[in-house]
Amino acid sequence: MNRIKHIFQTRSEKVIPFITAGYPSKKDTVNLVLAAEESGAAMVELGMPFSDPLADGPVIQEASQIAINNGVNIAGIIATVKEIRKSSQIPLALMGYINPLLKYGLEEFIQDCSAAGVDGLILPDLPPEEAEEYLTLCKSEDLCPILLVAPNTPGERIQEISKAANVLIYCVSILGITGGKGAAQQELENYLKRVEAYSSCPFVVGFGIKNRADVVRINQMAHGAVIGSAIIEEMRKKKNSVAVMKSYISKITKGNH
Amino acid sequence: MEIRGDKNLSYQQPDENGHFNEFGGKYVPETLIPAIQELEKCYNVQKNDEAFQQEQKKLQQHYSGRPTPLYFAPRISEDTGYNVYLKREDLNHTGAHKINNALGQILLARRMGKTRIIAETGAGMHGVATATVAAQFGLECIVYMGEEDIRRQKLNVFRMNLLGAEVKPVSSGSKTLKDATNEAIRDWVTNVENTYYLIGSVVGPHPYPMMVRDFQSVIGEETKEQFARIAIPGSQSPIPDFLIACVGGGSNAMGMFYPFLNEKVQLIGVEAAGLGVETEEHAATMTKGEYGVLHGSASYLLQTEDGQVKLPHSVSAGLDYPGVGPEHSYLKSTGRVEYVSATDEEAIMAYQWLSQREGILPALESSHAIAYLKQRDNILQQGDNVIICLSGRGDKDVHTVADYLGNEI
Repeated sequence: MNRIKHIFQTRSEKVIPFITAGYPSKKDTVNLVLAAEESGAAMVELGMPFSDPLADGPVIQEASQIAINNGVNIAGIIATVKEIRKSSQIPLALMGYINPLLKYGLEEFIQDCSAAGVDGLILPDLPPEEAEEYLTLCKSEDLCPILLVAPNTPGERIQEISKAANVLIYCVSILGITGGKGAAQQELENYLKRVEAYSSCPFVVGFGIKNRADVVRINQMAHGAVIGSAIIEEMRKKKNSVAVMKSYISKITKGNH
Repeated sequence: MEIRGDKNLSYQQPDENGHFNEFGGKYVPETLIPAIQELEKCYNVQKNDEAFQQEQKKLQQHYSGRPTPLYFAPRISEDTGYNVYLKREDLNHTGAHKINNALGQILLARRMGKTRIIAETGAGMHGVATATVAAQFGLECIVYMGEEDIRRQKLNVFRMNLLGAEVKPVSSGSKTLKDATNEAIRDWVTNVENTYYLIGSVVGPHPYPMMVRDFQSVIGEETKEQFARIAIPGSQSPIPDFLIACVGGGSNAMGMFYPFLNEKVQLIGVEAAGLGVETEEHAATMTKGEYGVLHGSASYLLQTEDGQVKLPHSVSAGLDYPGVGPEHSYLKSTGRVEYVSATDEEAIMAYQWLSQREGILPALESSHAIAYLKQRDNILQQGDNVIICLSGRGDKDVHTVADYLGNEI
């Protein structure tokens, strides 16, 4: 069974770190994913860097540029997934923008992902309007198309998106880009209540999540919390990125401040 | 070359989802979907609204100074053997065709109740046009501009400041138009509720490519009428043989070409070849690009083997863009428009040529279109009636040209 589908059958507190593939260096990626799993991550979102990431803030943009300079590309990321699968069964989603995938060949990409052991895909610049072929391909290869919703997405559209996604959707917590301020408590509550009411599948929340308190709060209202820019910011300060990942994920999963 | 224009075929693009066959579309984050749906709805109502059209027309006449002249350029005609006409978009208020689009969009923004206007700019002409209309209607205006472009176009930065706009420098990536556009989109995602994104070219998600084309098509409509009026009955066709325009994002070219798509006229778009299309330093998207998605639509794109966007190069900041409007990609794929390119050097020579022979300083962008007249392998014939869209004036470029020629000002 698809690993993402499997873990979201049970409701529990879930932390999902985002890791830019190839950042800080190519050799770190496998170790970072394994360290995240060991420290309590329920699933990992692996970022495929793009030169013009317009849903991302400066932190992820800079990490992406460094990763591109390190020579990371789609074929390399699929090889990394194969490497991870030698020692781990953690659910894995690849996050990225559509252009590098079109260049690689969308059909080939989805087939190669499936063969390598990827469980889901998150493509922020591919809304349902443009996603017909993508959705069909994902279905035939048993990958979860993790479609996105935003605070300004109307209820009926949330319903349609969740039906098309089928297994999991991703709620952008704020109107904005990654690495920004978190959402105001009341607004977020109202928004996620709306998602709960309209979505036919589980949903995780990302953008602006930083600490244990955010993780607890989000998991009360949703099915998992994605954390990205905050970890990369820590990695920028310290040399040992694997140690940063371990301590960060341990803290936010267990609350040991 | 076969001319594909045919009066009996009616050109209807894009389709209702904003696709020009495989090009165009709405490749944007979910947060922007409600915003572009709202814009599309508003535009579809207003474009058929008489009051909107009248207000737009009045502003075009009394504020921008339309119609702009169609000028027969005798001395460059003499030099080349073609009958060369210049559509003088440089004589618009603010000095370029960009105001046509800015006026149309600011009226939409007002009808949508938006109070904050954002824009991206390359050469600064679209930024100036946006700052101008925002000042005119008393709206807050923020313009994103790459640091490299700020350096090249200091004069326009100061003009925007004088007009009350805030120019936000963009230091990511190539520090040019591509990255300014990324930042403008990020701002829009963040402030979508009160903010109107006034895109400056026929790029971006649907409905922008269609809407900007429509607002710019006043160029071609006037040209058609003006040329028919000056054509001598019996001796000249009421339709020119060639229309030539430069293509960066492609708004002046789309505005010029669109009303002629069903006519028997050859259409030529001139891209920036920078240091040459055989080098890595150019902005010739149609000549060297491949199918891809950037800034919300599918089109030809300069990209690496891994699908990363390449950094373009052109001496002209307004053409220094790795993408192109999706409708141009469509028109290339159908063969209706021929796309060629001119180098930095050819453009600089054309800039001087037009200045010296006609007393008109053309924008460096427009100079690429003029340069085509001088290319030995062009497809023009002696005696052909050739109309060039002179999209902007060249005052903003004097520092760049002086630098290029090794002069200090």
